[in-house]
Amino acid sequence: MATYLQQLLNGVTLGSLYALIAIGYTMVYGILRLINFAHGDVFMWAGYWVFFLVVLFHLPWWMAALCAVALTALMGVAIERVAYRPLREAPRISLLITAIGVSFLLENLIIVLPWAGGRQKPYPTPAFMTQIYQAGNVRIQGVTIWVPLIAAACLLGLIFLVYRTKVGRAMRAIATDTETTALMGADINRVISYTFLVGSALAAVGGILWGCRYPRLQWDLGIMPGWRAFTAAVIGGIGNIVGAMLGGFLLGLAEILIVAFLPGLSGFRDALIFAILIFFLLFRPTGLLGKPLKEKV
Amino acid sequence: MLEVRNLHVFYGGIHALQGVSLSVPEGAVVTLLGANGAGKTTTLRAIMGLVRPREGTITLNGVSLIGKRPYEIVRLGLSMAPEGRRIFPDLTVLENLLLGAYARTDHDGIARDLSFVFSLFPRLKERERQRGGTLSGGEQQMLAVARALMAAPKILLLDEPSLGLAPVLITEMYRAFARLKEEGRTILLVEQNARAALSLADHGYVLETGRIVAEGPAAELRESDLVRKAYLGV
Ligand SMILES: Nc1ncnc2c1ncn2[C@@H]1O[C@H](COP(=O)(O)OP(=O)(O)OP(=O)(O)O)[C@@H](O)[C@H]1O
Ligand SMILES: [Mg+2]
Repeated sequence: MATYLQQLLNGVTLGSLYALIAIGYTMVYGILRLINFAHGDVFMWAGYWVFFLVVLFHLPWWMAALCAVALTALMGVAIERVAYRPLREAPRISLLITAIGVSFLLENLIIVLPWAGGRQKPYPTPAFMTQIYQAGNVRIQGVTIWVPLIAAACLLGLIFLVYRTKVGRAMRAIATDTETTALMGADINRVISYTFLVGSALAAVGGILWGCRYPRLQWDLGIMPGWRAFTAAVIGGIGNIVGAMLGGFLLGLAEILIVAFLPGLSGFRDALIFAILIFFLLFRPTGLLGKPLKEKV
Repeated sequence: MLEVRNLHVFYGGIHALQGVSLSVPEGAVVTLLGANGAGKTTTLRAIMGLVRPREGTITLNGVSLIGKRPYEIVRLGLSMAPEGRRIFPDLTVLENLLLGAYARTDHDGIARDLSFVFSLFPRLKERERQRGGTLSGGEQQMLAVARALMAAPKILLLDEPSLGLAPVLITEMYRAFARLKEEGRTILLVEQNARAALSLADHGYVLETGRIVAEGPAAELRESDLVRKAYLGV
């Protein structure tokens, strides 16, 4: 029973991390019909920002974390501004290739940066994340409590933003009809910048929390979580924000439960995740919650 | 006053507008008539900044609109109910209307205009919380017009608001337009339905394959041979 509960909590923790990353994929896809391959690397950079700010600038952890969210969010905005916006009218494939290029750039920057280097770096994890709480015979680590709580707060904030504010309304409107949204008096470029800001900020929160759970930094750490979160977005119905959250939690839970109770399969977990991705793309491309996405006008 | 002078628009090699000129004085209802493919929508799209003319000028009260982006043009005082309604199907009626007021910050004014469009189209009030996609075609057209009004435009652009509507709905729609006219609103009304448009408008233009071929006070146009033969079927 205790292990079961513990594994469930682990699954929720991992799932909430996937959910945080999946939002960015799904929002950008909804608006630009672009699979933003650089998103996983933006997530990876958030961890490095914390590392730089704590280790090189000696900021207190929480302040470094806040600054890292801001810096990562601005990075996302800058990527759209510099790399994607000039291709707004170009064929989708050019945009996709550019996204892959940005992804390589972000990874290779980490490899060549003198303070980051190619080698693994230890992530500065704050004490409250590693502290062990004991309740009966259930032992819970700080991360297992804090990660889902922080993620839930962020996701609620996101839902408020998207469904209850003016810019959120415009984000939902752009996802079906960019031109008409412009006719409403909305500056499309601004709304798209906001989308990247929000998506990257959530990925940053994910990256910072990810580091607390897996405290090693390396240039490629965003790749697999990125693919898993992308799979989560597809499971939930790409373009659908609530779907991305649902997909993230489902995938995180499934992954932990498989590893815990079918350890024989754990070596196959990446293969399983890609199999799920391919299954959905082939047989249910609209995901669990998505409606068929029309070609955008 | 909206002034369009010598407008030329190309789609690739297609010369869609070949020197269109028209003006919409303050307080007037002006209609632009023409058959399928004449270039009516293209004219409105050029005014709203959705297509870039190769030549010509467009000014609103002396300010050039050429090269401005659609959201800037909305802020200068134009708004449009586009061809095909283009309402946001996943957003509620209320959300569609509030998007129409995106450029505004005068909350009292927005609230006032909201109750105004609800009085103009009471069916929208009844369906306030429904998703736009669940409305009937006529209701969607009402929503498109109401949404454009929510921008509190100096000039309202309407692209074939009667297209595909049952006669009773066309009557209802034009009754609403008559009320707008009474209030002294300025409207540029694009139509193929010449009968309805000319009975409302003060002034009209007839567009054929990218050129204005006739213009005049609505009453005169209604009597002209060209319009009687080609558009009124008499
Ligand atoms: N995006 C486009 N690309 C190429 N040609 C276009 C495009 N849009 C319109 N055209 C052409 O330009 C001409 C004018 O079209 P426009 O849509 O302005 O006509 P319209 O008067 O609004 O017609 P309708 O009554 O059918 O709405 C037509 O010949 C049309 O085929
Ligand atoms: Mg048209």
